Amino acid sequence: MAKTYRSAAGTAFDAFNYVFLGVFALAAVLPFIYVISGSFATDAELTKRAVFLIPETFSVAAYNFIFSTNTIMKSIGVSMYVTVIGTAVNLFFTVTMAYPLARRSLMGRNTVLNLVVFSMLFGGGMIPTYLVIRELHLIDSYWALILPGAISAFNLIIVKNFFQELPPGLEEAAKIDGCTELGLLWRIVLPLSKPVLATFTLFYAVGHWNDFFAALLYINDPMKWPLQVLLRQIVLLSQAAAGDINAMDPNFVKPPDQSIKMAVIVVGTVPILLVYPFLQKHFAKGVLIGSIKG
Amino acid sequence: MKQATAPVSKGPSPVYRPSVLRRFKKDKWLYMLLLPGLLYFLVFKYVPMWGVLLAFKNYQPYTGFWNSEWVGTMHFELFFSNPEFFMLLRNTLVLSLYNLLFFFPAPIILAILLNEVRIALFKRTVQTLIYVPHFISMVIVASMTYVFLTTQGGPVNELLFSYTGRKIEFLASPDWFRPIIILQTIWKECGWGTIIFLAALAAVDVEQYEAAIMDGANRWKQIWHITLPSIRSTIVILLILRMGNVLENGFEQIYLLLNPLNREAAEVFDTYVYTMGITQGAFSYSTAVGLFKAIVGVILVLGSNYLAKRFGQSGLY
Repeated sequence: MAKTYRSAAGTAFDAFNYVFLGVFALAAVLPFIYVISGSFATDAELTKRAVFLIPETFSVAAYNFIFSTNTIMKSIGVSMYVTVIGTAVNLFFTVTMAYPLARRSLMGRNTVLNLVVFSMLFGGGMIPTYLVIRELHLIDSYWALILPGAISAFNLIIVKNFFQELPPGLEEAAKIDGCTELGLLWRIVLPLSKPVLATFTLFYAVGHWNDFFAALLYINDPMKWPLQVLLRQIVLLSQAAAGDINAMDPNFVKPPDQSIKMAVIVVGTVPILLVYPFLQKHFAKGVLIGSIKG
Repeated sequence: MKQATAPVSKGPSPVYRPSVLRRFKKDKWLYMLLLPGLLYFLVFKYVPMWGVLLAFKNYQPYTGFWNSEWVGTMHFELFFSNPEFFMLLRNTLVLSLYNLLFFFPAPIILAILLNEVRIALFKRTVQTLIYVPHFISMVIVASMTYVFLTTQGGPVNELLFSYTGRKIEFLASPDWFRPIIILQTIWKECGWGTIIFLAALAAVDVEQYEAAIMDGANRWKQIWHITLPSIRSTIVILLILRMGNVLENGFEQIYLLLNPLNREAAEVFDTYVYTMGITQGAFSYSTAVGLFKAIVGVILVLGSNYLAKRFGQSGLY
């Protein structure tokens, strides 16, 4: 398209387009840059001038505070634990269920698939699910953050479709060589599915790190809160929360300062930004674009 | 075994059909693999579905599910006669309408604009940046909204104050609630939403544009006659999904911005179910509210799917 016929209107459109997209792209990351630089500023500066991108005096006081505060460190630990174990559980449940369902000859396959699809259309809702978790005595247990979302029906169907499209000859050849069903899954199917599994690992992990809803419902003990819940407590409910946190931690003598709020936001965001390049590599390949239909 | 239900085997002898037990034994490892997932769906999806019967009972934690008395549609009648019902319905529908009007077209426009970019590096850079917010948690989005809009040293109010001499309580006003929600959604999901359209646009033959240029079509005409028709079916499918989800406003986003001062515009079905059920312990009543919402949701999804088929588009189911 290099030799496009250029009109004045076309050039004007291009100029507008580049400026607009540039501004839009900047707007997507500017809040992060502001919060990051604010977290390195002193509170005196934050009260004096509200809008800046480079702090006058560089200070790591907010981070020193965070990393010396038990409640915050503990919640980071909880979030990491739930993310690692939760993602492992997600993968185990998704793969073990998708594999048999990918076999067209399996008796009862359609019944199970219909059960899965129906659960995407209609659900019991928040309260009945909560009561099931409570009856299982999972309130205030980390398993309440892991088990209720162990399988995403949507992801399950995508993985099943992927398994289904692997060459059927593989199965027969492996069986002739004396490979068992489990050996076939472990030694042949899984290695062939590495890109798909990597994608779902990342998406499930990001989901766990970001999850707020499950902890809000199922975790009442503040010492077991994941970072997202504590973050809300510190930033959004600062006045009310200062009381709770004071009681737990002698470090909090007054409501958290603006710079500390910003630093906690940064701590909650950085892990996502670190895995983002890998995420992008995978979704750019379009693994998830393959629609659920068909 | 009946002929009709027997599977069509792709093996060399289509006549041989093993018995149910033989097939079960042959695939026993597959069934063992299936077990954890099946259990998951039964325990965490189907038991709660059956638990919606609570909506017709008067559940008390100490009497338990079985011994709680049946009360018929009492909770539904209570809910529909409650003046809060109309507030919830209005808030939910208005927010969905705003979403449809102001958010839904945004990724389409952005994708079309991106499609017009001829400098590959610029396009890639923009794409890399605009996908980032999708992966940021709702708590972080709400926290940043707070940091920016607070009247206590937030940059927006500081700028406002230095130009107009007054501050605006963005976070505690029913009037600002909906605009903030829509802006958050646009910031977070607009970039990500372009992916599906860009994928459809990547399949368009460049020769179509070249031919159009030869025929003297300007940029608007190219967009109107080539770009838009090539993403029309994608737009329709997403519109169906959106129609089916008008009662879904996103619990986390609203809950995080909701407070007693903006409640009259902010409270929706989901947040109401949470407050009544989890914090106030009215389990049966809130189950009834949730069930009402779920049933209307199913009707909307199936209805819009049916309409889409009537209008000649391929539906989702």
